Amino acid sequence: MILLWRTPQRLMQILIWGGLDVILFGFLTKYLNTMGEAQFAFVPTLLGGIILLDVLMRFQQGTTTPVLEDIWSNNLLNYFASPLRVSEYVLGLIASSLVTTALATSVMVLLAHVAFGFSLLALGLPLAGFLVVLFLFGIALGIVGATIVLRFGPSAEWYVWPMTAVLSPFVGVLYPIDVLPPFMQAVSQVLAPTYVFEGMRDILLRGEFSPGELVIGLVLALISVALAQLLFMRTYKSVVRMGLLARYSAEGL
Amino acid sequence: MSVLEVRDLRKTYGDVHAVDGISFSVKKGEIVGLLGPNGAGKTTTINMILGVLGPTGGSIEIDGLSVQEKRSEAMERTNFTAVYAHLPGNLTVMQNLRVFGLLYGVQRLPERIAELLVEFDLVQFAHTKCGLLSSGEQTRVSLAKAMLNYPQLLLLDEPTASLDPSTARAAREKIREFATKNSGGVLWTSHNMHEVAEVCDRVLFLSHGKILLEGDPKSLPGQHGKKDLEELFITVAREPLSLDLENV
Repeated sequence: MILLWRTPQRLMQILIWGGLDVILFGFLTKYLNTMGEAQFAFVPTLLGGIILLDVLMRFQQGTTTPVLEDIWSNNLLNYFASPLRVSEYVLGLIASSLVTTALATSVMVLLAHVAFGFSLLALGLPLAGFLVVLFLFGIALGIVGATIVLRFGPSAEWYVWPMTAVLSPFVGVLYPIDVLPPFMQAVSQVLAPTYVFEGMRDILLRGEFSPGELVIGLVLALISVALAQLLFMRTYKSVVRMGLLARYSAEGL
Repeated sequence: MSVLEVRDLRKTYGDVHAVDGISFSVKKGEIVGLLGPNGAGKTTTINMILGVLGPTGGSIEIDGLSVQEKRSEAMERTNFTAVYAHLPGNLTVMQNLRVFGLLYGVQRLPERIAELLVEFDLVQFAHTKCGLLSSGEQTRVSLAKAMLNYPQLLLLDEPTASLDPSTARAAREKIREFATKNSGGVLWTSHNMHEVAEVCDRVLFLSHGKILLEGDPKSLPGQHGKKDLEELFITVAREPLSLDLENV
C-alpha cells in the first residue's frame, strides 16, 4: 500500500484499464443502439457486464500481483522468515486487493454514469450481493494465482494474468449462457460469477431478481475460497519442503 | 543457557544429503561461526532455522520454542540478514525499517528506528530508496533491520561480504556489542577467516552436510597442525578426510 500511494504510475495502472474498458464498450453499445432502431438495451447489459467483469479481474489481480512483487524484489524470504503467519500474509493480499478494486470500480462506475448515463446502482440492492460473490470468487482466483506463482516461480506470471479472461466465456459476461454449447454450460453452472451476470441481465432486461440464484452463486463462491485456501496452504508446505522460498531470492541475484 | 538448539538436523534432496544429522547449540551472548566451503550446507542450515525450508528430520528450538511447531513465536525472537535477501529496493530505508518493525511487533518503533539509523550511520539515507544505495549501504540497512526487534538469536549469512574493511570492522563491533549487551546468540557464516577468528567464540566446520570440527577459532588450527584458521579451512574444503578428527 505504501508503494501505491507514493507511486502515481501504479495508481494510474489500476485506474486506466477499467476506464478504457468503459470508454470502449460505452461507445460500442451506443453505436449498437443506433443500428436499426434496436429494441435491446445494449448500454446497461454490455456495459454492466464489462464493469462487473473488471471488478472480478481487479479482485483476482489485486490478490496475486503483490506476491509477484515480493518475488521480483527478492522479498519473499524476508517476509516468510519473519513472525508473519501464512494466513496473515493471505489476509494482507486480500486487504490490498479490496482497496485497489474499490478505487478502480469507483472510477469505472463514475465514468459510465457521466459519459454514458449508465448507473450500476440501477441494479438496486442485489448489486451488494453480486459484489460479494465477485469479491469472494475473485479472491479465490487470486489465491489460486498466488499459489501458482509460489509453486512455479516468477515465470509463472503468464499463467496468472489471463485467468479471469479464460473464465469469461463460460460465465456469460456479455451473453446469456443458454447460447453456449452444453459442455460449456456445464462448466458455467459451477462458476459463481455466472449467477451474477445472469442475475444482472434478469434485473436490467426483465426487472426480475431471483434471490435463490444469488444464494447458489454465494455458496459456490464460498466453496471456491475454501478450496483455494486449502490449495495455497498445501502448496506452501510443499514449497517450504522443497526450499523454493529461498531459491526464488537466490535466483533473483 | 542455549538460545538455539539443533538436534540431528537432516535435509535430503533425493539421494543428496545437503545436511546430514548435525547437532549444535548457540548460547546466550555467544557468537558461533558456521564455516565450510560452498555447498557444505551452511545456508541450508540457516534456512531451516528460519523455517523457510522444511527439514527431512531432526529438531530446531529457538529459546525453547520448536521452529516446526511454533514458527511465528520462534521468529519473534529471531532475525537475520543474508547476502541473497535484500530488502525491497523500491522502499526507502525508513519505510523498510517501519514495515519490518511492524512485522516483528517492535515496541516504540519510531524511537527504535531513529536509534538504528544513528547506530548504522544511515541518517542521511533515511528517505532514500534502498535500491539506490551502494551494496555496502544496503548491507548496513539489512543489519539495522536484523537488530530491530532485539533478537535473542541473530542469523548472519556472510553479513560483511560487501563492506569495505573499515565499515566491516564497525559492523563486527556492533554485532559483538549486540551479543554482549543484549545477551543474544549469533550464528555467523563467513568466508573471511580473519574476521571469524576475531569475532567468533566458537566455530563449526561443515563439509558435505556434516560437522567435521568444532572448537575455539584461536586454538583449533593448532590442534590440527595448521598455522591459522584459513589454512584449516582450505584443508577441510579440499581433503576433509585427511584431518585427524580424533583430536577434536
